[in-house]
Formats: sequence, structure tokens, C-alpha cells
Amino acid sequence: MKFSVSDQAIDLNAAKHAVTDRHCGALVVFEGWIRNHNEGQEVERLEYEVYRPLAEKEGAKIIDEALAKFSVSHAMCIHREGLLELGDCAVIVCVSAAHRDAAFDACRYIIDQTKTRLPIWKKEHYVTGISEWVNCENCAAAGHAHGNHRHD
Amino acid sequence: MKNRVRFFALFREQAGCDSETVNWSGGTAAELFQLMAAKHPLLKGQAAALVAINDEMSGWETPLNEGDEVLFFPPVAGG
Repeated sequence: MKFSVSDQAIDLNAAKHAVTDRHCGALVVFEGWIRNHNEGQEVERLEYEVYRPLAEKEGAKIIDEALAKFSVSHAMCIHREGLLELGDCAVIVCVSAAHRDAAFDACRYIIDQTKTRLPIWKKEHYVTGISEWVNCENCAAAGHAHGNHRHD
Repeated sequence: MKNRVRFFALFREQAGCDSETVNWSGGTAAELFQLMAAKHPLLKGQAAALVAINDEMSGWETPLNEGDEVLFFPPVAGG
């Protein structure tokens, strides 16, 4: 499956091998990890809620769009759901292509679209004991969708 | 007209439930959200939110049909 959601730790090597091809001279991989801070708060763990039926459907569309837009051979993405600890891999994108430029561009497209289009939400649990849903405050303030600005 | 509404993540906590069935006069997805916001005072933030109808991403001005399942998504934050 080109896009999938997993409640288990992602097998990073298996993901990379899924896109290997002897016609490809480039493999670009993005891994998103759980970091220990966000906007001044010390993060203890993180929880992803995913509405799977639509996330998997829209995620497959994003992969197909990347394959159509860029000269790449294979692309895939796995996103975690559930409770994750610091250092865990939350998302991996793997793209293989004959040449690196297209692979970098496609990888960037897939992770950017994944962050803004899929019904996935994260709740940060802070060391203070407080938990909060992470929202894009810029979106909320401006009353628009994510497309108008960058998300790191 | 009868529609099932589902709330996710922050919206579920604001509404205090994950779903409910609504009997109303009908209208657009935005109008249904406003009806829900009036019923659940903590529910807000439609401008930055997304809506799906019957498991397809949709637009707020989409007219709803009898029996449509309407999914209200607060701002997403994958990755």
C-alpha cells in the first residue's frame, strides 16, 4: 500500500526497501520524529488521532499526485496513530527516482500535503501534566486553510 | 431532515460527544455546524476547520441531503 496508517512502530528499513528499484539512482527519505519541545513547552509524549477511512483515501491521492507531478518511480508514506514517546518515528516518506532532484521535490510535496490535508490530529502531553491539541494558530487566526503558509 | 454528525479530536471534546443524530430543517454543511455550535457553546472555530460528507472531503457551502453523514474536522496537524 502506498499510504498507510499504523498503530505499531514503523519498520524503517522495510519502508525504504519497498521503493528500491534498479532503475533508480536516488532514494530520498523523510522521517518525522517526536521531539521534546514545542512552542516553549516541554513535551513528554504525543498522541495521534487518525480518521483512517479518509486519511488512507486522501493519502493515496497525495502519493498519486506526487507520482504524476514529478519524475519519480516509487513513493510511499506511513503515518503512526496512537501514543508515541520521544524519539519515536511518527511518519516516514520514501521516494525513489532515477535522479535526486525529482525525488527531493516529491518527498517534500508528500510530507507537506500530508500535514495539511489528512484528518490527523496530535495531542501533546507536557511534563507539567497538561495536554493540548496542537492547532495551527496561524490558520485559526486568519480563518483560512493551511495552504497559505508554511508549517515546520 | 435527519443527518448524523461526527466530531473529531478537539471538536469531540468541545461538543462533549463523538456523534449525534440531528433532526433539522436542512441546509448547508456550514449551517449545520452553526446549529451544532448553538447547541454546544464550547464548539467553535469553523473557519479553520474542514468538513467531509459521507467520507469524502467537501466544502462548507455544500447542501446536505437526507441521511448524509457529516464529519467535522478541527484544524489538522499530521506529521
